[in-house]
Amino acid sequence: MPDARDSILSRLRAAPRGPAPGSDFSVMEDRFFPPEERLARLRKMMEAVSAEFFETTKADWPRFLHGLLVQQGIGSILYGPGSEAGQRLAEEWPEGGARAVAYDRPMDSFKEEMFNGVEAGLTSTLGGIAETGSLILWPSADEPRALSLVPPVHVALLDPDKLHNTFWQAMRALGWSQTQMPANALLVSGPSKTTDIEQTLAYGVHGPKRLIVLITR
Amino acid sequence: MGNFGPAAREALKDGQLRSNFRRAMDGLMSKRAALFADQDEWTRLRALGESIKARALAQLPELLEKLEANCRKNGIQVHWAETTAQANDIILGLLQKRGAKTLVKGKSMVSEEMHLNAFLEGHGIEALETDLGEYVIQLDHEAPSHIIMPAIHKNKQQIARLFSEKIKEAQYTEDVDALTGMARQVLRRKFREADAGLSGVNFAVAETGTLCLVENEGNGRLCTTVPPLHIAVMGLEKVVERLEDVPPLISLLTRSATGQPITTYVNMITSPRRPGEKDGPEEVHLVILDNGRSRSYSDEQLRRTLQCIRCGACMNHCPVYTRVGGHAYNAPYPGPIGKILMPQIEGMEAKGELAHASSLCNACVEVCPVKIPIAELLVRLRTEGAHARADAPVLQPGAERSTAEALAWKMWSRMATSPTAWKMAGTMAGTFDPLMPEAFGPLADWKKGGRTRPRFAKKSLHRLLRDKGVPDA
Amino acid sequence: MSGSMATTKPSTVYFFGTCIIDLVYPQAGLSAVNLLEREGIRVVFPQGQSCCGQPAYNCGYPDEARAVARHQVELFHQPWPVVVPSGSCAGMMAKHYPSLFKGDPFLPRVENFSSRVIELTQFLVNVLDLKLEDKGEPVKVTWHSSCHSMREMGVGDEPKELLRRLSNVELQELKRERECCGFGGTFSVRHPEISAAMAEDKVADIRATGAKTVLSGDCGCLMNIGTRMEADAKEARGEVIDGKHIAEFLWERTNG
Ligand code: SF4
Repeated sequence: MPDARDSILSRLRAAPRGPAPGSDFSVMEDRFFPPEERLARLRKMMEAVSAEFFETTKADWPRFLHGLLVQQGIGSILYGPGSEAGQRLAEEWPEGGARAVAYDRPMDSFKEEMFNGVEAGLTSTLGGIAETGSLILWPSADEPRALSLVPPVHVALLDPDKLHNTFWQAMRALGWSQTQMPANALLVSGPSKTTDIEQTLAYGVHGPKRLIVLITR
Repeated sequence: MGNFGPAAREALKDGQLRSNFRRAMDGLMSKRAALFADQDEWTRLRALGESIKARALAQLPELLEKLEANCRKNGIQVHWAETTAQANDIILGLLQKRGAKTLVKGKSMVSEEMHLNAFLEGHGIEALETDLGEYVIQLDHEAPSHIIMPAIHKNKQQIARLFSEKIKEAQYTEDVDALTGMARQVLRRKFREADAGLSGVNFAVAETGTLCLVENEGNGRLCTTVPPLHIAVMGLEKVVERLEDVPPLISLLTRSATGQPITTYVNMITSPRRPGEKDGPEEVHLVILDNGRSRSYSDEQLRRTLQCIRCGACMNHCPVYTRVGGHAYNAPYPGPIGKILMPQIEGMEAKGELAHASSLCNACVEVCPVKIPIAELLVRLRTEGAHARADAPVLQPGAERSTAEALAWKMWSRMATSPTAWKMAGTMAGTFDPLMPEAFGPLADWKKGGRTRPRFAKKSLHRLLRDKGVPDA
Repeated sequence: MSGSMATTKPSTVYFFGTCIIDLVYPQAGLSAVNLLEREGIRVVFPQGQSCCGQPAYNCGYPDEARAVARHQVELFHQPWPVVVPSGSCAGMMAKHYPSLFKGDPFLPRVENFSSRVIELTQFLVNVLDLKLEDKGEPVKVTWHSSCHSMREMGVGDEPKELLRRLSNVELQELKRERECCGFGGTFSVRHPEISAAMAEDKVADIRATGAKTVLSGDCGCLMNIGTRMEADAKEARGEVIDGKHIAEFLWERTNG
């Protein structure tokens, strides 16, 4: 509707305006956690909202995850076979126990299974944020969006060497405004939750009920 | 005329409602306070937040064009609506083009402003609220009573009863996990089957063409990820200049709103599904709504209303809101932000009275994370309501004017600028106080709700100090 | 502290009595003047003064308010501090007068005036560092902060500091000290039921402290709380707990 556009913009342009004020971001710059404390801070923040943490290694995580799922009675995990993590999982996934399901077709063709069939989804992360206890996710063709959204359990891999102080600092360090942003970038800071019924906290209202973070050393 | 007065009086009688709100607001206030315990950080972050919004507003038309250009480049289609009717038509058109019959909605206050659900239902499209609180009130055919916590007026017994009546096969339970589970079950099927999803926008980044949404439940992500069509609606004030403007605003928003360091999800959408991607909507549309905002923008004082990031802290701290609840305002935006926004959006005739529903205690001003001078704006809107003038930046200026009141202020002004008249009034009030009827004029109003009549002193301070010999100059 | 107010003790101050004190609580004003004079300060009370103009201003009648404001500004023209025994009226004069005269050639005089306005307890503590010798019996009191004193004039600890200087006075703080009592000027008659509901909660909070007296620096609040308190007592919810302006209380405790 070009008419609406033009009339709105011309009304806005006709208004008296002063110069745009500057912004002092020093409060964002100053926020600092010593590198050795960041992981503990992130864990504390995320555990406060019921995220679960496990420590494993870069070499061993697929086996560890398999064992964990079996131990917890989680029967299947959805993964993106094109991603680095997905390839590792496919190659190193032990026989038996939990089933690894490849997210290798458009969602539309297996919505039913995704919503009702798989019990967990695996994603990597770009890193974490100490201040707020958040994981940074950049879903892609190889690691689709629904992995961290639809299955009842979200398993996220976190490299403890990729922890930032704050969201703002992470965004700057990773140069987000200079790169092409993904279709969907996310911060995930815990399992899905709500306090809409009498301010009482309940988990898993729509998204994952559990968030399991694997720290890969 | 609206009906705040009678509705508020009704609400005051509802003890349950009053205690529901009191308890909820107490909780929200203390959670917020805990997260802004560091005064220095609060002061600096707040100044930053204010500057970001003021900077965006100072370049508003340019940023909106830039946002549009970058969204287009990313494959997001942009639509402009001057009125809510236009916005509704745009959305209906998009849905009809795809033959959509069901729409799942994430929380969007702008869509409440548009009365979108009723409009779509009138055209045979089911619009389903999926935020748990919104779902609850939609089931009960109610409007939200709070912009962040729409069902805050209900306690769990009321919700338990509602679910057991309205959800098939639901048993009555007051267990919050079980109630949440029921909603999950109903809504997951809806997400899977819906033809389209609708969301609001917390911040739209001009620099990258990115739409940012914050939420805890994941329903917003589902609405913007699963259905093949995603429509986002926003008021035109939601644009910010740069990506790096977003983190400080999110920090202010989530801490102010619910006392959370961050929401569970920060969802940043820059394009529809790209080639090779396996999920995400095939189409993403952004509808930019004016609905009176550009009129407010024309006035440098009223413009500051547009800094609002809809955190709801002003209502959480408002002693009037806490007493009467959200429904008394009969408006999508209740509480202090509603009192300044609604008269600007809907005009002085319909909503001018809301500007008077405040003791001007400034509790809202103290907590507003982007420093909107809410009390000043209330006074300004009262002024616009009392004076008709041709070039006023509001609809129906002067609609609130009463000849008797205008005359009373004129007389008061004369008296208060005439030393003899003022002194005489003091003497008369003191002398005749014992003879005054218990209730007349404003004193009758004063006594409503339970207060005795104030007593005028026998001798005014003027008199006492003159008698004492305190110098006059 | 407001504006560029000096913190050295002046020899002369203006006293602005406020309309509510003038007509309803003159003892509060008289006591404030007594306290100031006892410190050796010459207090000038221009007899032509009336009201700060806030009622009309808040109701959306700025022209009428401006005329009244101008009248006060002209009257208080000497370079002396203007001491105001009300955070609300002080806030109007210090913070809102300048915006009321925006673009008016009279503005410089207004700004000069506004910068001289100071709330009474701030003046007593920050400028005079008032010493108090308590001559009263032990008593428990509570304190109601007015919204405008806190949020416009930035009055914080000063009143409590004064009470701490009274050796026999115990201060029991309110649970919701920062919450509005519901007065709000004409709000109290435009929305009397809401206003009274707020006052009702305030009265309950005051009762819960077990204090014998509730003190405040603003007589608007005291009038609202006091008349609700009386009605509350008539409804047999308890005794009337006295409301008093802090100036009157300080004077009573130390002059005896
Ligand atoms: S006016 Fe301020 S406090 Fe109220 S919702 Fe808007 S940003 Fe939040």
